[in-house]
Amino acid sequence: MAVVRRRSTLPQAPVYAKADVEALSEKHDEPGWMRERRIRAWELYESTPMPYMEEEWRRTDYRHIRWDQASTMVVANGAGAEQVPAKHLEPLTGEEQGGLLVLVDGKVVRRELADELRDQGIVFADLRTALREHEELLRKHFMTTAVKASEGKFAALHAALWDHGAFIFVPRNRQATLPLHVVCYNSTSGSAMGHVLVVLEENAGATVQVEYASSPGDEHASYIGATELIVGDAGNLRFVSLQDWNRETFEFSHQRGLVGRDAQLDWVNGVMGSRLTKAFIEVDAVGTGANARVSGFFFADHGQFFDLDTQQNHNAPLTNTDLLFKGAARDNARTLWQGMIKSLPKMQKIDGYQVCRNLMLSDEARMDSIPGLEIEADDVACSHAATFGTLEEEPIYYLMSRGITRPQAQLMIIEGFFDELLQRIPFDPVRRRLMDEIEAKIIG
Amino acid sequence: MVATLEIRNLHASVDAEDDLILNGVNLTIRQGEVHALMGPNGSGKSTLANVLMGNPAYVVREGQILLDGEDLLEMEADERSRAGLFLAFQYPVAIPGVTLGNFLRHAINARLKAEDPESKGIPIPQFARMMRQKMSALQIDQSFAGRYLNEGFSGGEKKRAEILQMAVLEPRIAVLDETDSGLDIDALRIVADGVNSLAGPDMGALVITHYQRILNHIKPDFVHVLYDGRIVESGGPALALELEEKGYEWVREKHSMLQAAEA
Repeated sequence: MAVVRRRSTLPQAPVYAKADVEALSEKHDEPGWMRERRIRAWELYESTPMPYMEEEWRRTDYRHIRWDQASTMVVANGAGAEQVPAKHLEPLTGEEQGGLLVLVDGKVVRRELADELRDQGIVFADLRTALREHEELLRKHFMTTAVKASEGKFAALHAALWDHGAFIFVPRNRQATLPLHVVCYNSTSGSAMGHVLVVLEENAGATVQVEYASSPGDEHASYIGATELIVGDAGNLRFVSLQDWNRETFEFSHQRGLVGRDAQLDWVNGVMGSRLTKAFIEVDAVGTGANARVSGFFFADHGQFFDLDTQQNHNAPLTNTDLLFKGAARDNARTLWQGMIKSLPKMQKIDGYQVCRNLMLSDEARMDSIPGLEIEADDVACSHAATFGTLEEEPIYYLMSRGITRPQAQLMIIEGFFDELLQRIPFDPVRRRLMDEIEAKIIG
Repeated sequence: MVATLEIRNLHASVDAEDDLILNGVNLTIRQGEVHALMGPNGSGKSTLANVLMGNPAYVVREGQILLDGEDLLEMEADERSRAGLFLAFQYPVAIPGVTLGNFLRHAINARLKAEDPESKGIPIPQFARMMRQKMSALQIDQSFAGRYLNEGFSGGEKKRAEILQMAVLEPRIAVLDETDSGLDIDALRIVADGVNSLAGPDMGALVITHYQRILNHIKPDFVHVLYDGRIVESGGPALALELEEKGYEWVREKHSMLQAAEA
């Protein structure tokens, strides 16, 4: 792959019009404020050029996307939960599930919530239902503080045309003691504008697992999504998201966690699928003493391109962020991680850690990692690193000398590479799932 | 049947065009025998160990290695291991993220699967019991099994881990490549005791060493001297003592005189 790419043509824009925005809002009979927000976002979208040479985009060429296929809104065609492969429905964050919400092509096909959670005032609903039943909560939290339309072209497009998603709300001093599980599955190609909004009020706790996947297809598809995790003061959110789109899907997503005073966010982010993923993954430590841990797993093969942009924003003193991404690439896959730790001025006693470790499994694969720091305080502990390695013959030979076959030895070394990351994941079944994904990528 | 490792006229180098490091090694080791292979630095001792095990970094240019008549040169390292050969490495490599216990379970399962593709592997309780027993016999702390393979191990721990692997895999022929190097006297004794308890009717051993020291603890039946990629002296235990006394200079002089005479 050429290091310097000449760009003679600008990226094409998705095929949408203002009328689509109005029609969507009309169709769902949305409240006026939502409609107005959509229109404003559309105007912002229209006035923003397609990104391509900005620093965070210039290494990501997505001009081959066929918007004629990938900007047709996904429409439910009657497919039900039975379409979804069983592995995506398995509870990974606990033996019992407190809630299961399955969206197929944007339509709710299953929605369950344990009575004991509902009785505490915990909301676990699809966004459409939430907009009817919890309008004020959405008005307050939906794309107002975590992910905003102003973040970029795709954020604006999402704000204008978001279509479906999940809303999880845990009131003050309540704990969702059983994990909540959301599945976003697409059985047809086209454009999915999904949104996950998690709001934990003060001293509330929850464990949430979100799975994104789609059935194999021949046509280009897109996911233009947003994830908002709002953890109130002293709240505690454990969030696991696993992305396994089909190989024709282009993901453009904005994901942000806001962590309040003395709150905890433990975020596991797995990227396995898609043809191209451009994800902005950010945590904002907004309250004194906020603590965020982000663990990223990625494994690219066969022409996949993952571009993961992470940012740790220390907007309050005494905050702690710890980010570890570990990834592998084989065949002619490409990955890019760009990390940044930022602090507002005078945010003392902050501790930021960012590391990306890369394992290159073929000569044709290319992996880049670009860590960065912008710290405007002096009493801080911040560190960053990026490492690169290949599968070396010496350890393979060592394992083989004990009777282990070459493919098994390679797999063990690759799993060993990921172990540091897996050890940070507080859920056994998530670890096992990721091990299975590694195995599938190696053998498949 | 007594297993026999036969090394015949073995020539090897790093690359196909390079100078030979092994220059026609001949050696036969039978199950139940302990052979010591001594030699100065650069004589080819470690190369021999690695060529026997099938290290892909070396090229065999000529000769044969047979285990019970089977051609090891046709086999990859894993097949040689499953055929009953073991190498205790001089410098065992660290493998992050792979625990010693998990690694050995895979090694056992690889054997079971090679015998029977349907095998589900060794049951974990049985494996744990076996590990506990082998580890206490070698005075290895039980927590060892949970540590990443050789990562952060001291020199002595690495060598003990090698002996533990040998104890678990129960080879018919074991090659120990300078297992004594870097060990203090206590560690040396533990390693030597380990080898002694395993060597016997079921295992033949080739103990490669630079120093005579380990041979105070492991009694060889035969002693060989490797020089310039060839075995130039063979004898009984007395040869090791003679070497200790006279030094490798004696071998060097004697051998170069012989070479000169041949020429």
